[in-house]
Amino acid sequence: MDTNTNPLITILLVEDNPGDVRLTREALKEGKFRNVMHDVGDGIEALDFLHQRGKYTNVSRPDLILLDLNLPKKSGLEVLAEIKADKDIKRIPVVILTTSEAEQDVLRSYNHHANAYVTKPVDLDQFMVVVKSIEDFWLEIVKLPLDVRKE
Amino acid sequence: MTSQTFNNKIRILLIEDNVGDVRLTQEIFKNSKLSNNIDVISNGIEALAFLRQEDQYKDAVHPDLILLDLSLPRRGGMDVLVEIKADDALKLIPVVILTSSQAEQDIVNSYNLHANAYVVKPVALDDFVTVIKSIEDFWVGVVKLPPNEKE
Repeated sequence: MDTNTNPLITILLVEDNPGDVRLTREALKEGKFRNVMHDVGDGIEALDFLHQRGKYTNVSRPDLILLDLNLPKKSGLEVLAEIKADKDIKRIPVVILTTSEAEQDVLRSYNHHANAYVTKPVDLDQFMVVVKSIEDFWLEIVKLPLDVRKE
Repeated sequence: MTSQTFNNKIRILLIEDNVGDVRLTQEIFKNSKLSNNIDVISNGIEALAFLRQEDQYKDAVHPDLILLDLSLPRRGGMDVLVEIKADDALKLIPVVILTSSQAEQDIVNSYNLHANAYVVKPVALDDFVTVIKSIEDFWVGVVKLPPNEKE
């Protein structure tokens, strides 16, 4: 693949568990694709980031969102629904990354146009494998709808 | 790690009119370690008939994953995508666009119309194999697909 010409991919991780944030950051750092990861710990902050409001007025919009479902202040499903109803940001792929295996959560997420639903393995090695696989697919294989304004 | 190991075979619907691409994709999936079944439809009208179980397709089983070319005879892939994502019985099924088009407009439109992922078909054979395998690894091996009510 043409990795040399790939732009720097910006990833927004919406996750309140600091351990998972750290692991995800490590897994993405070890990957071979240039990326920068931002993290926010609740649903309100996630929407502020995406709408470049408050303390996020100078951030660039992410190219990919990794979204936990179980979040403080505003749930992941609510965040997902708002993203996918907003014509300015709905194009950004959202990968749900959650411990929930509940069928209801899977159904609701796809109904709200999550781009993919991935369950977080409890086992550390498996967790790294899953994050790397997300990276392989979404950074190497997929053509992301890149934010033209920042290039 | 495979979240699908407890499921039955994963059913994939490939909507593609290029016979070479069809054969190659079938071969790659056939040699896979992950259990799967692939149906092939070569134009947009028949794809929708298959998905809606009309006429000759009344015994067709809903796929768990759709691979959709954009450039199709009779009805284009973008139309098929719109119909799938507007149909309550079908909208849950993940649709991966698999096309030779790199046009920015096709990429953005596809995501805005809720394509789950947009993948460009590489011209080189080895790269094509890599891409199909990666789609399979991610969507069959890592992703939790929506429950398929037809089974």
